[in-house]
Amino acid sequence: MDITWYLVLSALIFAVGVAGVLLRRSPLVILLCLELMLNAGNLALLAFSRSLGNEEGQVFALIVMVVAACEVVVGLGLIVAAYRRRIPLNVDELRSLRG
Amino acid sequence: MEPTTYGWLVLAFPLAGSVLIGLGYRLLPGRSAGWIGTAAIALSFAATMGALTQLLDLPTEERQLTSSLYDYASAGGLDIQLSILVDPLAVYMCLVVTGISTFIHLYSVSYLSSDRGYARFFSYLNFFVFSMLLLVLAGNLILLIVGWAFVGFASYALISFWYRRTTATEAGMKAFVINVVGDVGLVLAALFIFRELGTLDLLAIFEAAPEEFSTNESVAVAIGLLLLVGAAAKSAQVPLHTWLPDAMEGPTPVSALIHAATMVTAGVYLIARFHPVYEIALTAADVAAIVGLATLLIAATIALVVTDLKRIIAYSTMSQIGYMVMGVSIGAYSAGLFHLMTHAFFKALLFMAAGSVIAAMANRQNIDLMGGFRRALPFTSATLLIGCLALAAFPGTSGFFSKDEILAFAEHRGGFYWVFAIGGYVGALLTAFYAFRIGFRVVFREPVPEARELEQGHLVHAEPENPATGEKEDTDVGFPGPEHHIAERAWPMRIAMSVLAVGALFAGFVQVPGVTDTIHEFLHGSFEHSGFYEDIPSDAAEWRGLAVGAVISLAGILLAAIVYLRRPGTTAGLVERFPALHTFLERKWYFDELIDAVIVRPALGFGRWADRTFERYVVQGLVLGAIETARGANAAVRVAQSGYLRSYALLLVVGFCGLGVYFLIAGGS
Repeated sequence: MDITWYLVLSALIFAVGVAGVLLRRSPLVILLCLELMLNAGNLALLAFSRSLGNEEGQVFALIVMVVAACEVVVGLGLIVAAYRRRIPLNVDELRSLRG
Repeated sequence: MEPTTYGWLVLAFPLAGSVLIGLGYRLLPGRSAGWIGTAAIALSFAATMGALTQLLDLPTEERQLTSSLYDYASAGGLDIQLSILVDPLAVYMCLVVTGISTFIHLYSVSYLSSDRGYARFFSYLNFFVFSMLLLVLAGNLILLIVGWAFVGFASYALISFWYRRTTATEAGMKAFVINVVGDVGLVLAALFIFRELGTLDLLAIFEAAPEEFSTNESVAVAIGLLLLVGAAAKSAQVPLHTWLPDAMEGPTPVSALIHAATMVTAGVYLIARFHPVYEIALTAADVAAIVGLATLLIAATIALVVTDLKRIIAYSTMSQIGYMVMGVSIGAYSAGLFHLMTHAFFKALLFMAAGSVIAAMANRQNIDLMGGFRRALPFTSATLLIGCLALAAFPGTSGFFSKDEILAFAEHRGGFYWVFAIGGYVGALLTAFYAFRIGFRVVFREPVPEARELEQGHLVHAEPENPATGEKEDTDVGFPGPEHHIAERAWPMRIAMSVLAVGALFAGFVQVPGVTDTIHEFLHGSFEHSGFYEDIPSDAAEWRGLAVGAVISLAGILLAAIVYLRRPGTTAGLVERFPALHTFLERKWYFDELIDAVIVRPALGFGRWADRTFERYVVQGLVLGAIETARGANAAVRVAQSGYLRSYALLLVVGFCGLGVYFLIAGGS
């Protein structure tokens, strides 16, 4: 089975994710786009796993999902907290870490 | 038991005593600290006697025994063990140290009994004896240096014993600093020895030295001179002597113990111990002998004019140590060590008697204020006179035999060594004179008011004040205060002084030329390979020397009698006629000023320059420069930290793309 199309799809989703992270200002959308990138990676892993007949890739994808879930928990928690404190949800304005 | 086992016991008792008194002083009732301290030293003396008897059972050539407790350090060819060397020289020194110290402890039990620092005093005193014994018994140079430094510390602690007395603390610091100069010399000598001979073990050094070095090889001479620096600092030889007179700020028993009987003899011991090195480095030995001669003459002249009773005795100590250093340097080992022993007896006795007189004078030490104590203090006067007789080498007393043996050897050695004999006899005349300057002025002449009151049975009390500055003494931390102790009223003092008086009178008879030869025989085991040891003057020559010594001694005493008893105004007249000479001697040959000008002031000047110029411009410049550089660098880096999340993400993406492209190109080729 040819995995080219899977990889093309994966690359497309990843590109969408990157573009989202770079262009959008809302933290919520950036978080969504990060998920897209992670899952694009997952797709590539699964494709290779099937293609090479090696199950380790699938296990890897599962672990990435767990990590992604953790990351979302933290990220959403931060966003909710910022919202509650009436902090503008705009990453260009959240730059108090400027050196 | 083995002799070495006794050697360890000799060390163990004083250390145990010091620790016990030092830690348990709150629990010890009354005066028990003093008795514990005295008992510790007495036991140590008994152990020394044990070692002595064991050693005497062995054949002469087997009388050098070593014993090691454990490896202290072992690396790179260096093997340092906690080891002791028990040989005739070490045992002899231990006998002198523990024997004299026992009686000084006994004396102190009474003399310091109203002092607030009583337990502290005995803890220090035991520690001092321990250090001295460690120095003497050490089997390698490292342990010897440890003992050497301990002695320096103990003397600091005891000189500064009355620590609220500014002059005492300053004297303590002075002694410590000058002793450290000597320590540096000794350590450098040890380094040279290790580099050249590859060992620090004493016996190995003595075995290797004659094979490795040729006569007067420059390295050997350097080692000899560096050892001499150590010996001179510890034994108060010119020009490192200025601490000894100042050390009289401590309590009188301390002066007796440290600055007369034991500590100052460490340098003599060192030179005698390292005789295999000095017999190769003959130049260094000659320098040492010249130092000894210079010291004995300089100190004797100063002792003619000083008015502080204890300082006169201190200068006489310097002078007598000069004889010993001269003796062991020219090869008269047994004579020098014999004088060390007799001197320990009569000098400790003189200090004890002086302590009793000072107590009767309510802590005043100026001999111009003293006089006529013969009826008020009969016992003290008698012992003081015995001490003076022995110091003046009066025929038949101990000092007579020992001093003249050194001078007879100098004469016998020939060459330019007759200079030492002549110088020694000149010194002997001065010694006899200043000895009876003390004796006649304190004991005879018109009784002073203090003596008269004491004749009525009333001991004079006065508010104690520092004779040097006129400050009132702080009795809270342990100054005798209004209570003094004179030998007539305290039996431990009387016992100690009686024993030492017997020693001062009769100790000389152990070695009378042609009759007895005890010390020379006994020490033979330690000087087996010496070229000079058996090369002793004939009995006739020695008796000739003794006759000359007797005449000189009697002449000196007679002169003192004329000057101080028959025509009491003579000295004042002399002072008026030769004011420059008198000032010169009274200022102690300007040694303090010389050291001040040559070392202290340049060092201070350098310090000031370092503070004002070097610190301000160089050190500050470096520091400020470093700060500015760091600040500039971080300003450049800060620009990158914009705080824009998306720009960070972009950088990341660009970076990963770059990495990917790199791997594609690298993998493709």
